[in-house]
Amino acid sequence: MAYTEEELKKELETKEYEYGFYTDLKSETFPKGLNEDIVRAISKKKDEPEWMTEWRLDAYRIWEQMEEPEWANVHYQKPDFQAISYYSAPKPPDPNKSLDDVDPELLEMYRKLGISVDEQKKLQNVAVDIVVDSVSVATTFQKTLGEKGIIFMPISEAIQKHPDLVKKYMGTVIPKKDNFYAALNSAVFTDGSFCYIPKGVRCPMELSTYFRINEGGTGQFERTLVIADESSYVSYLEGCTAPSRDENQLHAAVVELIAMDDAEIKYSTVQNWYPGNKEGKGGVYNFVTKRGLCENRSKISWTQVETGSAVTWKYPSCILKGNNSIGEFYSIAVTNNYQQADTGTKMIHLGKNTRSTIISKGISAGKSQNSYRGLVQIGSRAENARNFSQCDSLLMGNECGAHTFPYIEAKNKSAQVEHEATTSKIGEDQIFYCNQRGIDTEKAIALIVNGFSKEVLNKLPMEFAVEAQKLLEISLEGSVG
Amino acid sequence: MDLKDKLISSFMAFENNVDVEHPVHDVRTEAIKNFEHKGFPSKKEEAWKYTSLNSLQKIDFSIFPKQDNAIEYKDVKKYFIHEIDTYKIVFIDGVYSSHLSETTHDGVDICLMSSALTKPMYKQIVDVYFNKVASKDESLTTLNTAFSREGAYIYIPKNKMPKKPVEILHFATGNEASIMLQPRNLIIVEENAEVQIIERHQSLTSNDVLTNAVTEIFAAESAIVDYYKIQNDTANASLIDNTYVDQKSKSHVKVHTFSFGGKLTRNNLNFFQNGEYMDSTMKGVTILGEKQHVDHHTLVHHIEPNCESHQDYKGIYGDSSTGVFNGKIIVDKIAQKTNAFQKNNNILISDKATINTKPQLEIFADDVKCSHGCTIGQLDEDALFYMQSRGIPKKEARALLMYAFANNVLESVRIPELKTRINKLIANKLGVNLGFDL
Repeated sequence: MAYTEEELKKELETKEYEYGFYTDLKSETFPKGLNEDIVRAISKKKDEPEWMTEWRLDAYRIWEQMEEPEWANVHYQKPDFQAISYYSAPKPPDPNKSLDDVDPELLEMYRKLGISVDEQKKLQNVAVDIVVDSVSVATTFQKTLGEKGIIFMPISEAIQKHPDLVKKYMGTVIPKKDNFYAALNSAVFTDGSFCYIPKGVRCPMELSTYFRINEGGTGQFERTLVIADESSYVSYLEGCTAPSRDENQLHAAVVELIAMDDAEIKYSTVQNWYPGNKEGKGGVYNFVTKRGLCENRSKISWTQVETGSAVTWKYPSCILKGNNSIGEFYSIAVTNNYQQADTGTKMIHLGKNTRSTIISKGISAGKSQNSYRGLVQIGSRAENARNFSQCDSLLMGNECGAHTFPYIEAKNKSAQVEHEATTSKIGEDQIFYCNQRGIDTEKAIALIVNGFSKEVLNKLPMEFAVEAQKLLEISLEGSVG
Repeated sequence: MDLKDKLISSFMAFENNVDVEHPVHDVRTEAIKNFEHKGFPSKKEEAWKYTSLNSLQKIDFSIFPKQDNAIEYKDVKKYFIHEIDTYKIVFIDGVYSSHLSETTHDGVDICLMSSALTKPMYKQIVDVYFNKVASKDESLTTLNTAFSREGAYIYIPKNKMPKKPVEILHFATGNEASIMLQPRNLIIVEENAEVQIIERHQSLTSNDVLTNAVTEIFAAESAIVDYYKIQNDTANASLIDNTYVDQKSKSHVKVHTFSFGGKLTRNNLNFFQNGEYMDSTMKGVTILGEKQHVDHHTLVHHIEPNCESHQDYKGIYGDSSTGVFNGKIIVDKIAQKTNAFQKNNNILISDKATINTKPQLEIFADDVKCSHGCTIGQLDEDALFYMQSRGIPKKEARALLMYAFANNVLESVRIPELKTRINKLIANKLGVNLGFDL
């Protein structure tokens, strides 16, 4: 018996956040604060063309005039935007293209996270564009994708290599002045992914990007732009983990999707950033703007599993502009301890025969607050628009809260909109049934939560579904009582 | 001068006509200060996102109507539920009309707010109840509080029930241009007592009328209150109705709202459950046409365990009408075993009609059953075809379907004559003769 009780206790203490380690990469970090010079410096650092610098400065000027939004059902200490460093890039500065050149420390970090950049990914058929503190350091499978004409690269590279595409589409779905954080992101984004699927091409593999925040006191502002040309298909995965940090870190990303006629984009997210410790100290602020534009007969499907972040503020939306287009939103949001989440979606029906489905599952435990906020808007020309929304909340313990704010606005008589919401707790009889069969309470809860979230988990790609299930268990650990 | 300034400057004139030494006047001055600070709500406020009061504020309303507007009973008979005998509290342009009214002090008090606020015998009750559940910072409520002088006062003592229902009617003659009315009602139903109230605001003029009403209802233990609001006013009449209900254990309070008319109608219905094992019910039928606008705002605050609330709102929207439903349920941390249900079904029958709905839940307790459902849809084409194939003309078939759609709200109306009356109003609104009475 080498394993003593003390060791177990020790292990449990550190288990809270498995991924809370800090890798000492030699970062190159800008001084804290934000002004036009910093924006220019970021742009210069990235070797950006003149139009891009102007675009950023324009966004910065808009941002300066804006006020931080207050309407969300979350309470937190406002980040001090002058106390954040807006650029941090891991060394070496020259971009690595082969795995051998990648910083071994970095690889070690990914190994701990269970993300394999190595050849194993090839077997799993996943191409990974890794972003560590904003700069993409390793990109695999470029060749396979290149053969099909698929462009999948860091957005900074795309600005250099495909300026026409970036110029044409960036900011069209989410304009610079869309909201406070989108404007901020437009001014200071350091990297992100760019993806273009040509006409009629079905992307042969799941594209995936891992983001993580590493350097303390740095904000992560990445920008993703996915363009699916006519009749193409792409499935895009995004996963996030961040190491433990005491001060709150800000994350304000922008994701824009464009699905042209007959195209389909499936965008899946697993977000597991540091949620703060048991006392609600620390944790990431996640203020993200995600939106997709659907042309005729196209489809955009958002799937998200949100388990991390101290404060989440996120509404992946679909603008159903084209006729017969489809928008989908599947979400699981888990909050524990002092986490706060205000998340949901917007479905804007503009075209005829547009359809949207919203399935949202909220699980609150500990002292957390979980809100669903959604908008279903049927425009006056959106004949035969159809929406189905379902929001279920599961409460664990009597100190947490579940909230629903569904906005439904219909301006067309042929619209059919249904909204349903329920709130409940885990039945004692269900737990008793499991206990009776030798399943302990913690496992039983994991089982029930998995069942509750099944509808959404099923929508995730295989590898992600397994990871997501694990995450659900970790997030809810210790919430029984 | 805009309406806000006009109201604030009128307050001084108002002070000349009331007893400024009375403690109630302190409440009024406090309230006018709040209103002066807040002003009218704008669309920027979440609660007023879909309803704009801008156009109303441009109208030059007369704040103090003349005293001598008389009307004959035969002219307004149709607005009463004349098939049954009722107690009546009637106001003409905000002034009590004794010859149309029938009040009582026989065991129960069904009389006037003006007497309750001035006569010493009511002082104790006024101290305990007046402005206690009404919001002290919602601007329109405080505006009403500042000008509170007249309205209905109903006091039902322990174990009593008035012999007949009570009708509260507000007529606006508007003989002197546009008027603004601010009735204030106070209804106290003591332990184990019961009351049925029917309320109606009716404009008799083509001039603009704006009513900003506040009703406070206190239901003590095991009390039963049935409140029916009929809103079928003319196209120039607007109504902002603020109702606050304070409920104690085992009480049952039901509020039915029938909105068929008016230019702009805003219903703020707030329930506070201060006790256990009680039930709050809010039901409504809304049938609109033309450019009408109705906004239903409900709030149920579950403060203690083991309570229920039920909400069921049906809406049919035609022409360029707009409808808003914003239902909010708050369940406090200790309010375990709460059952709260909310339903909002809507039919749009015109391309220009709009419905905005927001059923909202805020839940802090875990052992609760809360659900809300909300739909927007059309009449079932198959059902229409079925009826047409059996010789029912399309118009009637549509009306039948809409009627059926609204019917489960009507089912819980407990005064048969009132139910008949509402049926007629619905048939009238739908422009058909249904040929049957349910």
